[in-house]
Amino acid sequence: MRDGAQKTTPLYDEHVRRGAKMVSFGGWFMPVQYTSIVQEHRAVRNNIGIFDISHMGQLIVDGSGARDWLNTMLTNNIDKLDVGAGQYTFLLNDAGGIIDDLIAYRIGDEKFLLVVNASGTEEDFAWLERHLRLSKEGLSQDRPGGLETAAPWNIDLTNRSAHFGGVAIQGPRVVDLFHALLGDNVDLPPRNHISDFTLDGMALSIARTGYTGEDGVEVFFRAEDAAKFWNTVLEKGEKLGIKPCGLGARDTLRLEMCYPLNGSDLSPERNPIEAGLGFFVDLTKPKFTGREVLLKMKENGPPQKLAAFRMEGKGPPPRPHYPVLNNGERVGEVTSGTLSPSLNYGIGMAYVSASHAKIGSNIEIEIRGQKFPATIQKKPLYKRS
Amino acid sequence: MNVPDDLLYTETHEWIKREGDNVRVGITDHAQAELTDVVYVELPKMDRQADAREAIAVVESVKAASDIYAPVKGKVVEVNKALEADPGLINREPFGQGWIFVLKIDNPEDLKQLKDAAAYKKQIG
Repeated sequence: MRDGAQKTTPLYDEHVRRGAKMVSFGGWFMPVQYTSIVQEHRAVRNNIGIFDISHMGQLIVDGSGARDWLNTMLTNNIDKLDVGAGQYTFLLNDAGGIIDDLIAYRIGDEKFLLVVNASGTEEDFAWLERHLRLSKEGLSQDRPGGLETAAPWNIDLTNRSAHFGGVAIQGPRVVDLFHALLGDNVDLPPRNHISDFTLDGMALSIARTGYTGEDGVEVFFRAEDAAKFWNTVLEKGEKLGIKPCGLGARDTLRLEMCYPLNGSDLSPERNPIEAGLGFFVDLTKPKFTGREVLLKMKENGPPQKLAAFRMEGKGPPPRPHYPVLNNGERVGEVTSGTLSPSLNYGIGMAYVSASHAKIGSNIEIEIRGQKFPATIQKKPLYKRS
Repeated sequence: MNVPDDLLYTETHEWIKREGDNVRVGITDHAQAELTDVVYVELPKMDRQADAREAIAVVESVKAASDIYAPVKGKVVEVNKALEADPGLINREPFGQGWIFVLKIDNPEDLKQLKDAAAYKKQIG
């Protein structure tokens, strides 16, 4: 059953022990569900859920010039970050296509933690390493003879992923849980910030962020502490209705919020402007990889847009790659789709030609040769009542 | 996992109950547990002919769509309309109210190709 080529997280034994159904995801053997995607989804919307995110990568960029250099590599403006703050951002290829979406945390004056997708960790690292080397060479070419006044990069890039595990703890009762864990007088960091804590000898970096639309945190710790932290949280959270959750619920929760999934909604052939994520691109920055392409697309308007939609009436849930039609003519393709456990109807996202991507537009989703009506919706699809 | 002794089974996790010239077909307890949270069932068309191992229905969970196969050659003579309103019947009563369709079989001899409960139990370990 367990494929030798699949990587496992430090929580693998805990997943198996608790009866999770394991699947392959981005080269990793991960729990897709413990009991039921719908139950786990509801636990996060109503109480609290814990997800293994140890497969995600942690890259450290450290040293003088780190800030300026990262600003040329990533789309968002890193200068907006105070120490302890993080931002959602993109790593683009030269054509403006998305290599990865990630969160960059400023953890020191010139020190950054990049939390990247599991499947992207090695590619992101290789891309950054190559560009760091190129920029160093470029700098020495610009300043021959080692001028004293030159301010050369002195940046170390390290991949710390193998040494750390991580969990996302998400749901409206997360603050109660952390008071139970760390004490009533300990405050969680504010939204999009990261702080260090210690619990029973375990060093924890806690970031107030998530992928579910609920209040929540992502916690990183040494790999050897993973099982202990996981079990401590489940024990303390029991009274709060905590449930261990798999990737299935992670996917339905994020899709209700229209958070994109790299590899489905994002790809090297798509850029953040088409994906409707221009908010995380600072085109006023003088230079970053892909800037020219994005600037042009912003000016001309993207020919296709990543639109959210809902199914109207009874029918099967939408799935990735289903055609999107308008009056029988193909106008797009579904990238993510599911039955929404919160809304109880089919939802999805699709790249749709701009003229059919307006909110309220009627479209059809073709499912096994039949057409089912749907409408373009405002993002997010789910809002807390 | 519940595997009733009086039913026949396929490798693709359908159960088959002989009712005279007809067979009633659903998916096993094991299959529904693997799928979990059935949210939509596409029933076969009434009166259609089906070959053995032909995909004629679809059961969709939150995560994926799975084909359901005709276990033997025959004609669809009944479909479980209740699943349209309540697809979760498949999870709650896989061997009862969660049945999917009834086939009028061409040749009762074909049933010999199917697994008995012991063989199916062995398959799902």
